[in-house]
Order: sequence, then C-alpha cells, then structure tokens
Amino acid sequence: MKLTTTIDIRHLTRVEGHGNIRIRIENGKLLEARWEVVETPRFFEAMLVGKTWENAPLISGRICGICSISHTLAGIRAVENAFGIVPTEQTRKLRILLKHMETLQSHILHLYFLAAPDFLNAGSVFPLIESHPDIIRRAAGIKQLANDLCDAVGGRRLHPTRTIVGGFTMLPQKNELEKFKPRLKQVMQDLFQTVELFRSFTIPNFGRQTEYVSLKGDRDYPFIGGNLISSDGVRKNEHEYKEMTNEYMVEHSTSKWSRLSRESFAVGALARLNNNFNLLDPAAKEVSISFGLTPVNHNPFMNNIAQLVECIHVVTESMSLINELLDSIWTEPCRPVIPKSGTGVGAVEAPRGILYHCYEFDERGKIRTCDCVIPTSQNHANIQHDLKELTQQYAVQRKSDKEIELFAQMLVRSYDPCISCSVH
Amino acid sequence: MTPPKTEARTYLGVPLDRPKTAFFEFSSCEGCQLQIVNNESTLLDFLSLIDVVDFREAMTERSNDYEIAFVEGSITRPDEEERLKMIRKTARVLVAFGSCACFGGVNQLKNRFHDLGWVIKQVYGDHPVETQPVKPLEDIVTVDLKIYGCPVRKEEVEKIVTSLVLGKSVVHPKYPVCMECKAHENICLFDIGEPCLGPITRGGCESWCPNNRFGCWGCRGPADDANVEQIKTIMKQYGFSEESILDRLECFGGFASYTESLRNKPGQ
Repeated sequence: MKLTTTIDIRHLTRVEGHGNIRIRIENGKLLEARWEVVETPRFFEAMLVGKTWENAPLISGRICGICSISHTLAGIRAVENAFGIVPTEQTRKLRILLKHMETLQSHILHLYFLAAPDFLNAGSVFPLIESHPDIIRRAAGIKQLANDLCDAVGGRRLHPTRTIVGGFTMLPQKNELEKFKPRLKQVMQDLFQTVELFRSFTIPNFGRQTEYVSLKGDRDYPFIGGNLISSDGVRKNEHEYKEMTNEYMVEHSTSKWSRLSRESFAVGALARLNNNFNLLDPAAKEVSISFGLTPVNHNPFMNNIAQLVECIHVVTESMSLINELLDSIWTEPCRPVIPKSGTGVGAVEAPRGILYHCYEFDERGKIRTCDCVIPTSQNHANIQHDLKELTQQYAVQRKSDKEIELFAQMLVRSYDPCISCSVH
Repeated sequence: MTPPKTEARTYLGVPLDRPKTAFFEFSSCEGCQLQIVNNESTLLDFLSLIDVVDFREAMTERSNDYEIAFVEGSITRPDEEERLKMIRKTARVLVAFGSCACFGGVNQLKNRFHDLGWVIKQVYGDHPVETQPVKPLEDIVTVDLKIYGCPVRKEEVEKIVTSLVLGKSVVHPKYPVCMECKAHENICLFDIGEPCLGPITRGGCESWCPNNRFGCWGCRGPADDANVEQIKTIMKQYGFSEESILDRLECFGGFASYTESLRNKPGQ
C-alpha cells in the first residue's frame, strides 16, 4: 500500500441509514479511524410525550422500517408491564411466531442482499440477479415466506396492524397457518443451501476481546422479555435496563453511545448466540459448530454466521409453534386494558440486538416520559473500537488501500447496522 | 447495475423506455424503500421495468444521472434541504414517496410543541443537536407525484410506476378508505367500538388497516372534499373522546391544517 492514505466514505452503502467511515494513515501509521453517525434525529422520545398509551406501539413502531415488528412488540410489552397485563399463552406464542418471521426476513435481507455482494465481488444484489439467479431466487423465496407469515399473524409485514396492547385485533384462520407448514419445510432446505453458500465464503479472520449483551433465556433461546446478561458476568432485571445501557453523547454522532464493563459492548445475533448457545435448536447448534462458532466468539464478522444459525433456529421453532397453536383451542384475541399510572419496560431481541422501550404513564394512561434504547446505538462504540483495531492491524500488515476500504465497510456491515433506528 | 434490456421490454409491440431511477431518503424509517424489496414475488419483474442507478440502502454504485427520483422522508435539517434541491435539479420526475415525504409523517408530531429547544432537551439534554420544524418535500421543491401511505402499498407503487413508464397519467382515488372497506365487506369498526378515520381518508390502500380490524389513522391524508367537521360529530356520537379523534388526525400530518386549530394547548 501507499504509506499515506485517506479513506473517506460518505454515506456507507448497503446499510440502513446514514453513516460515514473516515480513515487516515500516515507513513504506515494509523492516525484516525472514525465511524460517524450523521443521521437526522426524529425525536420519537419527545413526540410521544402527552400522548395516550395506545399511541406508543403505533408511533414508536415507526422508528424502524426493517424491525418495525420488534419495535411494536417492545412498545406493547412496555405498556403491558406498566399496566400489569399478562398476555395469554396463545398471544405469547403468536407474538413469538411473528417475531421469528421478522428475524428471518431481516437476517435474509442482510445476508443475501447487503452482505453477500461483498463476498461475491459485486457492488449490489442487482448484478447477482444476472450472474447468480438461483441464489437470488432462493433468497427471495425465503424472504417471501417470512413476510407472508408476518402478514398472516401481524396483519402486515411492515408496521403491523393486528398487534395491540393486550393481544391481537384478530387472529389468523387455522387453515391459513396450516398452509405454512410445507412452506417452512421447503425453507429449511433453502437454509441448508444457504449454509453451503456461506461455507464457500472466506470470513475475515479478525478478533477483538468484546463484552456481549443480550437477553438471557431461561428454557428457550430468548426473543421477548426476560433477564439481561453480559458475557463479562453482569446480570440485571428487565426494568434495570439503564444499568446495562449507560447511554452517553459523543461529538461526531447524532446517536447516543453505550458502555458497560469495558469501553464498549456488542449486541446482536453473535451476542445472543454467545450468551445462549446451549438453548439453540440442535440443528442450528450443529451448523454453528461446523463454522467453528462456539461461545465466546470475538470475531464481529461471525455475526453473519450467527444470523444464519438463528435463521435455522427460528424456522425450526416456528414449525413447532404452528403445531402447538393448531392443536390448541383458541380463545379471545385480546385481553382488556385498564390504564394506570406507573412505568413499564419492554426488552425485545430485535434482529440487530437487544431493544428497550420504557414509558412512564400518568393515572389516565398518558405518556409522561419515553425512552427507547436501540441495538445499533449500543453497537456504535464497539464498531468504532473494532474499526480502529482492524485498520491498525491492516496498516501494519501493509494491506492495500482497496483492501482496507473494503474490509472496513464489511466490518461495519457485519453488524447489520440500522442507523436511522439508532438515532430515532 | 445490469445493462438496460430495453429490446426485451415491449408494450403492445412498442419498445419500452427503461427510465433511470434513483431512490433517496431523508428523515424516515426507510421502510417505504424496503417495501420495494419486500415484494418478492414481483420484484424481478419490477426491476426490469426501471433501471435502478442509485439506491444507497441496497447498492454501492451511485449515479447523478437519473430521470425519476423516489424521495422518502421528511426534511428536518438545512443540509437535507440542499440535498433535496440538488435532486430536484437532476430529476425529471420527483416522487414524494410515503407519508413522511408527502406530509411530514409521524416526524411532524414534534412540531406541535412549538418549542424545538424543549424537544431537543427532552432527548439530548444539553448536548447541542441541529434540527428544524419538520417539513414535507413540497415545502421546499416542486413535487410531481405523491405516493401516499405509512407504509406505501407495494401493489400501488407498482401500478404507479408502470403508469409512469408507459406515459399514462397517474390518478389517485378521490373517494375515502370507507368505500374500499365496504367493498371488502368488513364490519364497521365504529360498531365494535374502534375509532376510525376511514370516512375522510383518501382511498387506494384497499382499507389495509380496517381489514385487520384496526381503525384508520389517516396516513394517506384527506380524500377530496373530506368533511372533517362531520367525522368529529359522528365520532362523538359513537362516544369517542375528542382526544382520540385528535390523536388520529394529527398522527401522520395529512390533516395538519385541521389539527392545529383543534389543539389549543400546545404539548397536550
């Protein structure tokens, strides 16, 4: 490489939202490696103040266009926790099923449409339509199944319509759910082909000691609610989330940053897997082991593989959930809601990591304060530290400018950042 | 991206122009853009209709040469205004894509406080952050076409884009969501105790929310000649509170001219 170089990527592509990468190397020495978040804030936490409780999931669900289901469910859980509403077992299962399909569509979107082009030497998924039509058809097929099932349970794949505080506005027809069983089986085959595709990619060998934060599953691999855990040994209850997130402001970012035991921590599929490996479905666990992905793995590029492992997990579990739902007698879709004053926290594992919504209500159920802590905002500091470490190593190894530029972008992409969400 | 396949695309034997198309986003959730990718079954056909030259969320290649610009999001910072003006200069057709672009969307809810200092403090404390009152695109540049909805309906997007490519005029329904809801044979949500703006909101969504027993929140803005005063009277007759009517009217910004007068105490 040239001994002195400046890499300036304004608005990194193939990620959600607006972020910049800035790297300066002089005489083979790294001067600066910076991850900047320049997204415009939308002020969701202010706009909800004074609104009644029913606005909370509907409006805060609009924080994100990829994981609107997670935001809606986190909002609902926060309101239910504040009002002391416990959802029925039927609602719990339907919500997990909906959540799983969001995880599947989001992971597949990232793995095939955003990440894979880097491994296949393409600038985007579009040339792959010509060069690798089978791969794209497979990706579209998996995504479609996931989105169709989101429609069936949540009413709509993006900004769901049936998900409300207390349960659902209406339920899917049982025969509708039945029809998804063969499709899920087919998707399982497609996922094993995806495993083979990713086995053919070279995942960069990079590591940096990192603290991983996620929900801690009790009996199941966790997605909605429960206790909080870090791989450094911190354990908290859901309502103590602020002790896990410790948000602070930095100069070159409109998103808040987080820290816990170290200067930064990571959330997301890799964090979930690192903290809950033994709760994975056996088939998913086997795939994970075959990629050498076992806890605690400190390579951020392995987040791609962790997402793939989770795809298998959620599809397997969705098949069981559908069977359980079909075997049970269905009750009313929704529990009554009686507002009261108090504070409620909802923690949900969004595709990109743990997400918290917290609302404080007055006695009429009007929102006094609102706080949302987003997975990607928790990851920003860790992305920054990884970026610095990666470029430092590559500068010493005299990698070419082009390689540094590519791997820096791939590093940030492997976190699957949702930047507009992180700023909200 | 892939070379244009103009020769392969014809309509009634006439070769089709494959317009260079770019997607841009301002303050938003980027969900409307994702709706394009979310239509898996017709995605490939859709992509053969247009030549996507810039789509940051999906591709690394960029271009400043395009005819149609789909612009998602609302405008909340001076740099966004400048970028939007640049896009306007290049694009032959500028499409306001989704409720944020058309009306400000949920983002404009912060405008109701009339106190940006308070809004910033609420989220960032004393940390300085630049922001302006939320504006829809047409407050800054001329908008040629609007595609309504939060989110946009992909079937509607495809219909509109097909019309654009064929040079047909694009006509939005003048009638309200209520018409479509009746056609879908839904029970009236008023009768099951759910407030709904279906009688005054512009149709075209095929009564997406009421079909799922979720009342309309007016994300597509008012239908032609919508009688907002009358819906308030009807909803009051059904026992819905003034506040729940206002919550819906002001949620997406399409009824901004009515809600400002309804909300006498800012921040309530």
